[in-house]
Amino acid sequence: MTDLTRLTIAEARDEMGRGALSSVELTDAYLNAIEAANPAINAYVKVTADKAREMAKASDARRANGQAGALEGIPLGVKDLYATEGVHTQACSHVLDGFEPRYESTVTANLWADGAVMLGKLNMDEFAMGSSNETSYYGPAINPWRAEGSNANLVPGGSSGGSAAAVAALMCAGATATDTGGSIRQPAAFTGTVGIKPTYGRCSRWGIAAFASSLDQAGPITRDVRDAAILLKSMASVDEKDTTSVDMPVPDYEAALGASVKGLKIGIPREYRIEGMPEEIETLWQKGIAWLKDAGAEIVDIELPHTKYALPAYYIVAPAEASSNLARYDGVRYGLRVPGKDIADMYEKTRAEGFGQEVKRRIMIGTYVLSAGYYDAYYLRAQKVRTLIKRDFELAFEAGVDAILTPATPSSAFAVGDESLASDPVKMYMQDVFTVTVNMAGLPGISVPAGLDAKGLPLGLQLIGRPFEEETLFKTAHVIEQAAGRFEAKKWW
Amino acid sequence: MSVDLATVKRVAHLARIAVTDEEAARMEGELNTILGFVEHLSEVDVEGVEPMTSVTPMAMKKRADTVTDGSKADDIVANAPERADNFFMVPKVVE
Repeated sequence: MTDLTRLTIAEARDEMGRGALSSVELTDAYLNAIEAANPAINAYVKVTADKAREMAKASDARRANGQAGALEGIPLGVKDLYATEGVHTQACSHVLDGFEPRYESTVTANLWADGAVMLGKLNMDEFAMGSSNETSYYGPAINPWRAEGSNANLVPGGSSGGSAAAVAALMCAGATATDTGGSIRQPAAFTGTVGIKPTYGRCSRWGIAAFASSLDQAGPITRDVRDAAILLKSMASVDEKDTTSVDMPVPDYEAALGASVKGLKIGIPREYRIEGMPEEIETLWQKGIAWLKDAGAEIVDIELPHTKYALPAYYIVAPAEASSNLARYDGVRYGLRVPGKDIADMYEKTRAEGFGQEVKRRIMIGTYVLSAGYYDAYYLRAQKVRTLIKRDFELAFEAGVDAILTPATPSSAFAVGDESLASDPVKMYMQDVFTVTVNMAGLPGISVPAGLDAKGLPLGLQLIGRPFEEETLFKTAHVIEQAAGRFEAKKWW
Repeated sequence: MSVDLATVKRVAHLARIAVTDEEAARMEGELNTILGFVEHLSEVDVEGVEPMTSVTPMAMKKRADTVTDGSKADDIVANAPERADNFFMVPKVVE
């Protein structure tokens, strides 16, 4: 085989299964690809080459003994937010300098138990706060996609920008990611990859650095829908270490692919047609509708009237939870410590130096909205609005809607260092306008590549499902993928 | 609602983040932009609406009150910036 890194997870699994390929060979191919691409793409903040080779060797030995797991020998990248035992885990923040946990997150432990190989830790926005990967202490990851005829660097989206860039640049077979307001689906859309945020409670949050605990969910970013189904099956589990992990068996998601969508009711929410949305996004959405209709689905218009309040409510709930979760970074138990004249001075200096601008901004907002006298006006009201947002979806589902089709993002990938976005935080927050409702309601959402814009950059469509009906999303996304085809970045790095 | 410079400094202290006058002035503008954005929520009629406490209707998991883990003092202090034996070291707190 010429280029092993081109194999999808499913293809590599089948090749290894019939003995035509070893994990050591595949892992070496990825380590070479990382060495060649990472100086330009900056997707990895830590490459664990020795560990990867050891794991690959052990994997080949297991396979030889007839003990192959579901992900046996598959080389993966891990978002820096996940605790990996003895390995760099910093949420791409300066405040966690040198942190190497003595424990493994449940999700990554599940992957290794299924035979997967870890290539290293992936770049991200600091503590998953950002939509461009530019708030990372390690500098931005770069999108493997460029506009036609341009050499300008584009962002891969965020916060899981390193995960999306690494998958699109063939620097791993698949990657773990997390999504609090769109951090899996927006980067997937920007890089022509598939990303799914499962239902809240489907994947354990244990060992994943917390940002906003009532919104955070783990999920995969992969080259295609089948790989996303394979990876989610291994990531998801019932975990007694996470009280919000749901006691439901994990279905075989891959088995849902290829099933007919005939008679499926697909809702089209009018509120997602927002002002200033490029014509190309509307066209893409119409294409998606046509593909599903051709496949036998029934298209119905629906109303989700509280959609426009989801982002404002999110920017109260998420910072409030973040300000509480990030209180633990105080220079005492792990990471950075900046000395001070007394303990309070040490806390303040450590946090001032350790956190970046965006993280500080959100901690400040959260602290303010939770402070005495403001709690009812901000936080309590936002949680009530959240109930209304969830009710909108429930009414649509009660009316028989099986899944909802929307654009994934309001634009294609933008430039690194975009001035208008850097100067106005709210403008950057608008990136999550189509994805954040899903987190607020705890629903599953998948982003699937559906076409290219006039500049030749990928665009994605999003499917939103009923709680724990990820299978419906996989089979419907698969139909879109079959119609749209796959999209690959032209290699320039 | 909006914040003034004194409020920014008070909130920064509550959040235990040291800010210079220059940073506080910049944050004042940024925070007011965000607060202006979230102000849209005041349009929503939330009369009689229950605040969300959990996205999935589920009972909190409980387990027997028994020791299932522990004796990991070395692991717990392993990443501390300063430690002595199995203690975290901090500047003097009580005179």
